[in-house]
Amino acid sequence: MNFLDQIWLIPLFPLFGALLMLLAGKRLDPQPPSDVAVAPGVEPAHHSHGHAHQHSPLKFLVSLFCPGMVLLSFIFSVGAIWQLSQTADRVHQVVQFTWLAGLPFHMANGQLATFQADWGFLLDPLSSVMILVVTGVGFLIHVYSIGYMAHDNGYYRFFGYLNLFVFFMLMLVLANNYILLFVGWEGVGLCSYLLIGFYFHKKSAADAGKKAFIMNRVGDAGFILGMLLMMSVLGTVRFTDVNALLRGGAPSGPFGPEVAGVGVLSAMSLLMFFGATGKSAQIPLYTWLPDAMEGPTPVSALIHAATMVTAGVYMVARSAALYQLTPVTSTVVAVVGAVTAILAASIALVQNDIKRVLAYSTISQLGYMFLALGVGAYWVAIFHLFTHAFFKALLFLCSGSVIHALGGEQDMRRMGALKDKIPITHWTMWVGSLAIAGIPGLAGFFSKDEILWQAYSSPGGSKLLWFVGLATAGLTAFYMWRLMYMTFYGKSHLAPGVGKHIHESPASMTAPLTLLAIGSVLAGWLGTPKLWNLPEGFRAFERWLEPAFASAAVEAAREGAHNASVEWILMALSVAVAIIGIAIARYFYHTRPSIPDTIERTFKPLYTLLYNKWYVDEIYDFLFVNGLGKGGGRVCGAFDRDVVDGAVNGAGWLTRFSSSVSIWWDTWIVDGAVRFGSFCVKMLSYPVCILETGRVQTYAFFVVVGALAFLGYYMAR
Amino acid sequence: MHPITTFHYLALSAALLLIGTVGVLTRRNVVIILMSIELILNAVNINLIAFSHALHNVNGQIFAIFVITDAVAEAAVGLGILIALFRNKETVQADEMDLLKW
Repeated sequence: MNFLDQIWLIPLFPLFGALLMLLAGKRLDPQPPSDVAVAPGVEPAHHSHGHAHQHSPLKFLVSLFCPGMVLLSFIFSVGAIWQLSQTADRVHQVVQFTWLAGLPFHMANGQLATFQADWGFLLDPLSSVMILVVTGVGFLIHVYSIGYMAHDNGYYRFFGYLNLFVFFMLMLVLANNYILLFVGWEGVGLCSYLLIGFYFHKKSAADAGKKAFIMNRVGDAGFILGMLLMMSVLGTVRFTDVNALLRGGAPSGPFGPEVAGVGVLSAMSLLMFFGATGKSAQIPLYTWLPDAMEGPTPVSALIHAATMVTAGVYMVARSAALYQLTPVTSTVVAVVGAVTAILAASIALVQNDIKRVLAYSTISQLGYMFLALGVGAYWVAIFHLFTHAFFKALLFLCSGSVIHALGGEQDMRRMGALKDKIPITHWTMWVGSLAIAGIPGLAGFFSKDEILWQAYSSPGGSKLLWFVGLATAGLTAFYMWRLMYMTFYGKSHLAPGVGKHIHESPASMTAPLTLLAIGSVLAGWLGTPKLWNLPEGFRAFERWLEPAFASAAVEAAREGAHNASVEWILMALSVAVAIIGIAIARYFYHTRPSIPDTIERTFKPLYTLLYNKWYVDEIYDFLFVNGLGKGGGRVCGAFDRDVVDGAVNGAGWLTRFSSSVSIWWDTWIVDGAVRFGSFCVKMLSYPVCILETGRVQTYAFFVVVGALAFLGYYMAR
Repeated sequence: MHPITTFHYLALSAALLLIGTVGVLTRRNVVIILMSIELILNAVNINLIAFSHALHNVNGQIFAIFVITDAVAEAAVGLGILIALFRNKETVQADEMDLLKW
């Protein structure tokens, strides 16, 4: 079977599942929909051990069907990628039909071009990594959801949304042009909104959904403008054409080799990066992601850790040719990434909600990816995306398992000593925390160390960026192990009554945990440091992605600056920082649990600042929600009242004035003329009127006088 | 004893016409006015008869009979109108009937 030509099928499987669930799910559901019955304020309680109604045969079928659709996509993806690796140039494009077509327009340089977007799919090394992550991790999370959502009334709705999300995400990463990518981009945003607000009867969840949607929309405005600018300057939005054009290769189609100046390209790349900051939760648009934790935990794992939030990274990596031409934007990307990384990590230090810690951790890790993109190490960013998908999905799913075991408890201050009660969750999370902390041998080490090395050594990097990254690595190790120690070790701080119900999660949840833990260990071995001199297979990731970024030349140029001893020292430093972070966390939260309180009291202002997330939400509320929103509302109100209403009122006054003039004219001139005429007639008629007495005898008298006059006349003659 | 000549007839006729005309113009009672109109008509009749006798032509007499008939009809219609008028206005004075003016 030729999987390569069937890549258009990959997104369609989950779409089929989503349509079936969303259109027919309600009718399949034997229970009356009673979402509202779930107690508001907490995630639905998970205390029951499977009552009779949890095992309806239809529910079992859904449990097979929806993950099965994603598994089919995964199988097709693997097949297609295998066949892709056999081809020479590792690029395969399937254009099914022209989707938007035939609108001629003038480009910025005056040339006539035709607006055109394919319904086409592009499988190249970059998108192949993405579809593996989306379908592979997505499948595991689907399986996990079977157990996690088993007691939830919105079972069909949940799987429908989840499948719909996988569909849009696959459209996003498989699209062969920016417009179709944007379709997926908006679609995943929609699914994110639907799934954050899954418990829509909770006000906080509904608000979080709206916040995510609106903040993403702000970024999307930038993305759309960037796309339009690209259309206007380059005349095409197809990835292959854009790349060929920007790399100065043979131009194809109607456009010439002349490409706009660096200024225009910088504006384009900055606008598109602004879109990426919205989707990938970077400064300034990151505040929606922590609130997005209101959604069910598998959603946090799939959408808000492993896949959707990496769409921005993917998009920037996809536009690598553009960013390579615009050093200014690349610097901005690197700085934004580094600052986001350390800012989010600092907030994560003091959060008490287990999912919020992970949310800030995600923002921080995404910052790493943008740091890598900014210094020009595109393959490293994708490599970190790849490893991060494993360990962050794992960490989220483990936290979900903890929450599941504790019946909805999310506050780490009311956990502790869970190590032996939920052993599988414990050891898988242990692996994940080691991986993200950057302990050698696990996935996170390889990608994070490569990012730090690139930040230090590449032409776009600097020692400052490297140092920020290193500090973030230390903070990461600390807050992750703070989470571990508060959750699994020490004394139990469980709320009364919770302890009795604690149980390890069902196999449908622990199996994905185990697989992801294995992935978190092994994924990194695809990209070992060049320094280690391992066989070529251990550097497969970079080799695989090389055609996508045409980075071989860049690498070669940098090879000269390669200093082995410096790299060894840096690597040792990052490992040392990780171990120190873990050690401090152990000392603070395990050996001497009183220390954190002392520190909290000593550095009260700093603690409050971090605990309140640098007051960014409040600042945004002040500036945008109240300032721009309400202040703007006031200005608009004044404008409406004084200018718009004023114009209407003025027009009304003018009409009234002109009508009064017209009334005067009518009364005095037109009517006057008529009445003057009648007056004259009246005056003239008056002498005649007095002859008319109405008496017969008067008239008879006139007759006689007349007759006598005639008689006199004839007699006188 | 002078013979009665045509002139005498004509004089009588002229006197009657004058009396009738003055009656029509000066009296207010409509009944009297109608009676005055009869006088005028009969003055004409006397004229017709006188000339018929003087000229030996019978046409004048035939005309007089026509006039008598006509006067009867006129009196009947006039009195009918007067009664209808009286029912509405409760008066037979001509000077009080002055509705037909400007």
